[in-house]
Amino acid sequence: MNNNGGSMASNNETLFRVEHLHVSVENTEILKGVDLVVNRGEVHALMGPNGSGKSTLANSIMGHPRYKVTQGKVLFNGNDVLPLTPDKRAQLGLFLAFQYPVGIPGVVMGNFMRAALKARRGEDVPVREFRKLLDETLDLLKMDPSFVRRYVNEGFSGGEKKRAEVLQMAMLKPEMAVLDETDSGLDIDALKIVAEGINALRGPDLGVLVITHYQRILDYITPDKVHVLFDGRIVKSGGPELVHELEERGYDWITNPEASGAGPEAVAAGKENA
Amino acid sequence: MGTKIEDVTKDSGYKFGWNDPDFKAVNEPVKGLSKDVVLGISELKDEPAWMRDFRLKAYNHWLERPMPTGFWGGNIQNYDLDFDDIYYYVKPVAEQGKTWDDVPAEIKRTFDKLGIPEAERKFLSGVEAQYDSEVVYHNIREDLKKQGVIFMDTDSALREHPDLFREYFGTIIPPNDNKFASLNSAVWSGGSFIYVPKGVKVEMPLQAYFRINTENMGQFERTLIIADEGSDIHYVEGCTAPTYSSDSLHSAVVEIIVKKGAHVRYTTIQNWSDNVFNLVTKRMAVYGEAVGEWVDGNLGSKLTMKYPSTYLLEPGAHGEILSLAMAGPGQHQDAGGKCIHAAPYTTSVINSKSVSKGSGRTSYRGQLKVYPGAKGVKATVRCDALLLDEESRSDTYPLMDIDEQHVTIGHEASVSKLGEDQLFYLMSRGMDEAEAAKMIVNGFVEPIVKELPMEYAVELNRLIELQMEGSVG
Ligand SMILES: Nc1ncnc2c1ncn2[C@@H]1O[C@H](COP(=O)(O)OP(=O)(O)OP(=O)(O)O)[C@@H](O)[C@H]1O
Ligand SMILES: [Mg+2]
Repeated sequence: MNNNGGSMASNNETLFRVEHLHVSVENTEILKGVDLVVNRGEVHALMGPNGSGKSTLANSIMGHPRYKVTQGKVLFNGNDVLPLTPDKRAQLGLFLAFQYPVGIPGVVMGNFMRAALKARRGEDVPVREFRKLLDETLDLLKMDPSFVRRYVNEGFSGGEKKRAEVLQMAMLKPEMAVLDETDSGLDIDALKIVAEGINALRGPDLGVLVITHYQRILDYITPDKVHVLFDGRIVKSGGPELVHELEERGYDWITNPEASGAGPEAVAAGKENA
Repeated sequence: MGTKIEDVTKDSGYKFGWNDPDFKAVNEPVKGLSKDVVLGISELKDEPAWMRDFRLKAYNHWLERPMPTGFWGGNIQNYDLDFDDIYYYVKPVAEQGKTWDDVPAEIKRTFDKLGIPEAERKFLSGVEAQYDSEVVYHNIREDLKKQGVIFMDTDSALREHPDLFREYFGTIIPPNDNKFASLNSAVWSGGSFIYVPKGVKVEMPLQAYFRINTENMGQFERTLIIADEGSDIHYVEGCTAPTYSSDSLHSAVVEIIVKKGAHVRYTTIQNWSDNVFNLVTKRMAVYGEAVGEWVDGNLGSKLTMKYPSTYLLEPGAHGEILSLAMAGPGQHQDAGGKCIHAAPYTTSVINSKSVSKGSGRTSYRGQLKVYPGAKGVKATVRCDALLLDEESRSDTYPLMDIDEQHVTIGHEASVSKLGEDQLFYLMSRGMDEAEAAKMIVNGFVEPIVKELPMEYAVELNRLIELQMEGSVG
């Protein structure tokens, strides 16, 4: 069950590719040329200091209208998704677990999930089948069934919101999922449950980009690659060992190598991606 | 001439805009209002002298009073509604039907299309159908009749229950209450009369359906509901009309008496075509420990001015107003409600939700009044407005007259734009923009819709969806 073998699942087939992506918000450039490739079956971690542009990347991938792509491409299964509205991207199998899921008053989770599943599959899902899938997924994430009758993200605790995002991911079965700080706000038990849930979804076809500040979740979900985003650029990429290095040394040695006395290697890596 | 019944208006999203081209009135309707028109109505109905005099007095009030321009005037003065271009009385049938088969085919066809006979069979205690000026069909379940429940058109009640009628008629809303109450009092025709005896609980709703057919029609139904002590009744009204390029007028008066310990809920799903002026006066008198509720859904009409009010007259009385308004292009819903606390330990809730789109305009206009000495009053007013685009508008005009210190009053108001982040969230789950917007709007009005019986909740959600069609994207 605990398939955190990572790279073993990869078949080196490019699933998702971000090319030279530049994104502006209200005329301020936030992303300044991001490149990223996720193969089928791979899990990548994206780390980086607050405000470096991680959520901007996530939102741009999903097509938030406030984030204006000025240059670059987002290729999903070889097709540029940038001309597509968010609903079309979701229907193709892109998924974003939000850092701050927004509340939708009066909209019941169950109805919302049913509509989402219908959109994803392109056809109505029989009630029975829907209920079964929902119950199984609630069970997987150890969520109370009463959840389904509540309003979407309304009055959810921080942790409940994150769990609900993973619930949606599990039900919609995307091909490429971006999880934006899904681990933040989860207590130790919840983190384990959610991580196990994500691991259960891992397989040879799914690509995942885990945005996080912490090593904790990556102890459960071993990433194939780790990237560091700083000031709108990926300034360092490496294997799982990079997570430990970051945990120990912080970001300073990458983002401000001279001051922190980092070796020439790190400086070169930073410049190379700049 | 006109649209065929099979035709539905495609562009406006309004699906009730057909008219019945075969329909011919049994009287010879004349346009415009005069003393002769008023007397003519009374004569045709063969009314007692007191009612004729009541009408004439009201007609004089109508003549004397200027158009309202004050607080409760909404913005009627901005329209050029021509009262001389209106038919004040159109008699649809010589005699009211006892069964649907008695109703002329072209009229029955319209009510069939509106699903009224079907609803009657499925989940109602009784039904009344008004077409232009008269009720063409009414029926109440036999067991309720046996328990003494009266449900009939107001004209019949005047003939069949003269004493009960006269004791209450015009006591809650006097003919000089406001310009449009005067108008209604002068030319009223049709509407419902309900009496529920002491302790009788009517489980399923009674429903009236008001349909305008004739172009330039003025419909002036008059409703009187008396819920005796400890009784319980839910009355539902629906309204639609054909789409015409010229104006029609609907001006009703609704009076309700909720006696000690009784419970009355009055639900409106108003969906007039957008050429109808809807100028209605509705008021409830609520006595000790009784509960009076308005659920007021305004989806249609060109201009609605309607502020259902609840007078809480004895300790323990509770009033509730749930108001829902949707305004699309060219529409102004000037709605809201009034709660008047005239006795101590009375409580009230006003909850208003409005949605404006495509340059539509909604206004919440309300009053909360607490008389001196009415201590221990608890009242809350909450109004939320949702704007779907930049062109739409919403205003809030809450009046608060609190003349007593020992009270608990809450007031909250909000105006929000259709949230970009909410839309994005739903779209990121695969729903297209229109579906996402619909879902957000349905969620916004949910607190009111969930108060409706399931059948009406479904109907209302469907109407909202029709209204929303083509409004986004
Ligand atoms: N809607 C917006 N309006 C204005 N500025 C924005 C907006 N969204 C992002 N920004 C700015 O863009 C920068 C990057 O923000 P982003 O949310 O992408 O950071 P992040 O890496 O996700 O940070 P965190 O780790 O705190 O979540 C920040 O300086 C932020 O203030
Ligand atoms: Mg972020």
